[in-house]
Amino acid sequence: MSKVLVAVKRVIDYNARVRIKPDKSGVDLTNVKMSMNPFCEIAVEEALRLRESKAVDEVVAVSLGPQQVQETLRTALAMGADRAIHVSTEQQLEPLAVAKLLAALARREQPLLCLLGKQAIDGDNNQTGQMLAGLLSWPQATFASKVELDKAAGSAKVTREVDGGLETLSCQLPAVITTDLRLNEPRYATLPNIMKAKKKSIAKLTPQELGVDVTQQLVTLQVEEPAQRKGGVVLGSVAQLVEKLHKEAKVI
Amino acid sequence: MLLQQVARGCCQLKQLAAPASLGSTWRHLTAHTYPGELSGGIHLTEEQLGMQALAHDFAREQMLPHAAQWDEQKIFPVEVMREAAKLGFAGLYVPEEYGGSGLGRLDGSLIFEGLSYGDISTAAYLTIHNMVAYVVNKFGSQALKEQHLPQLASLDKLASYCLTEPGSGSDAASLATAAVPVEGGWLLSGSKAFISGAGASDVYLVMARCQGQMLSQQEVDAAAAEGASGSGAGSTVGGGSSSTNGAGGSGSGAITAFLVEKEWPGVSFGASERKMGWRSQPTGTVNLDKVFVPAANMLGQQGSGFRIAMHALDGGRINIAACSVGGAAYCLDYAWQYTSERQQFGQPIGSFQATQFKLADMATGLEASRAMVRGAAVALDEQSPRATLAAAMAKRFATDTCYNVANDALQLLGGYGYLMDHPVERYCRDLRVHSILEGTNEIMRLIIHRQLQRLDYHHLV
Repeated sequence: MSKVLVAVKRVIDYNARVRIKPDKSGVDLTNVKMSMNPFCEIAVEEALRLRESKAVDEVVAVSLGPQQVQETLRTALAMGADRAIHVSTEQQLEPLAVAKLLAALARREQPLLCLLGKQAIDGDNNQTGQMLAGLLSWPQATFASKVELDKAAGSAKVTREVDGGLETLSCQLPAVITTDLRLNEPRYATLPNIMKAKKKSIAKLTPQELGVDVTQQLVTLQVEEPAQRKGGVVLGSVAQLVEKLHKEAKVI
Repeated sequence: MLLQQVARGCCQLKQLAAPASLGSTWRHLTAHTYPGELSGGIHLTEEQLGMQALAHDFAREQMLPHAAQWDEQKIFPVEVMREAAKLGFAGLYVPEEYGGSGLGRLDGSLIFEGLSYGDISTAAYLTIHNMVAYVVNKFGSQALKEQHLPQLASLDKLASYCLTEPGSGSDAASLATAAVPVEGGWLLSGSKAFISGAGASDVYLVMARCQGQMLSQQEVDAAAAEGASGSGAGSTVGGGSSSTNGAGGSGSGAITAFLVEKEWPGVSFGASERKMGWRSQPTGTVNLDKVFVPAANMLGQQGSGFRIAMHALDGGRINIAACSVGGAAYCLDYAWQYTSERQQFGQPIGSFQATQFKLADMATGLEASRAMVRGAAVALDEQSPRATLAAAMAKRFATDTCYNVANDALQLLGGYGYLMDHPVERYCRDLRVHSILEGTNEIMRLIIHRQLQRLDYHHLV
């Protein structure tokens, strides 16, 4: 049975107002609406389309973190994923730890493909997919705007959004693909699927069972809001501009 | 297709209908959590939270960006409603075997609360469509259900509910549309007024007064079966040759529910009404001129039509009240945002105590309305003897209170509230009718009092 493993992250809703904690140690998440990371939604949608086109047989959603991530897994199940895995930990997870956990899962589940969002809208790291590919020694195609699987040939053709335009790669499977915005438009869950999601399984594992050390390696020193946008100034000459750029903005 | 034009997924692309004057913080309009996750002390299940989120997301993304245009140009957004139907919103109370969602009243109230956040008028039409689908499922014969329910659930067919007439609104039991018995069925003649979906809907649930002798259910079933088998020599439904008009009777005892199809000879529609609100729905008169309705299209028993109509309204009232709650929630969110940004006298108007008190009262009224709506929905789900009472109370309270919330929001917006550039005036116009239809709030008071007397007041309040 060929599978696709889709990693989904529970993040602050893209619409919610982000507030910093008074002690500047991080973002205040109390009572804030959380949702599936938009790029992860796109990854789930792509996985479902691959199953619908019979390129794969099973879509397995994975999330890592505390009990609440099960909400995000239920959303993936309600969209149509077949089953889910919750790697349970209270530890704050960094991209490398996530990549290590996903690598351990990939070795267990042996999927044809690992689909991830290109980045999460809270961390904006854009690292996990790449690290995962590195750990597994699998090919990677990031910022995918189009994915075509050739099951018979055991390869994937992926169009990537890069600075210069679009780049098309061919890579052997199994591979890691991260999704970009224009890959697809995620479906809504349907009411019947929301009810059916209840019956689908969420397997629970711990980092210890996967043999992964998730100790934090980075310490967040401070989180602060971006500086308030100040009003602009109309300048009279280029000389004035150069002076301001040198003396005030200090960029030249 | 509309859907392809509305991008989902990334904050850069999603836009609420934001007026230029409010700047870049507009996307914070939707509150921290989906509203009322614990209203009235009712713990929602994970599935219900999912349904609520789905309805809310769909409303914000697929309805809200277009609602102003639908209102201004009187567009009935059938395509978008069909997309909603794909998610299961058109057959909420229809069993899964017919393509429905098989959900309960609490589930429905969450969904309509969510949908009306985006567009009250369209959400309200869906409540009516669902009400008719419910009646067909509960009171229709197997054949009728198989014929109509799957298409009602997919919204391939739209449905309307026809009780009110030009001469009978609150006094619904005095309706005059007549059903004269003929071979194989009845001929319906009369006029229904204020019908949501008139002209657009494919099937119409019509309450009519049977003339002539009332038949037993077996006689009707026999006539229906003969009609179905196509044997021409079927017995006449109803009494013999002499007109026994009186036996049909005045009062509610002879009223019967029928499912009438748009294409049948004798069915015609008046011009669409020009309305204050609910403009994305066509509303008008449905005229029936000796429309032949086969016996198979009778719903429930002959003479039980009034009871069916009233029973359907219990659920309908909860849903209309839920639409009031959802719409008012949007207005509160909008006013909250506006008052935090609009500056006068050197500060945001939201810093004045008068504004804060007003917002506090609005939020309190909204929360109370929501709790009553959900409580009534639970009572109906449990088939509690207090369900009718609870529904009437919730409808009466929520529709009035939520209209006031919207009106207060309009006031908080000042001059801008009066402009169509801001959606609040549309929500006010849409909400105003909720105190009138599905039973005026005056009739709600009659029902409340009657129920209190019937159920023994002392144990209820």
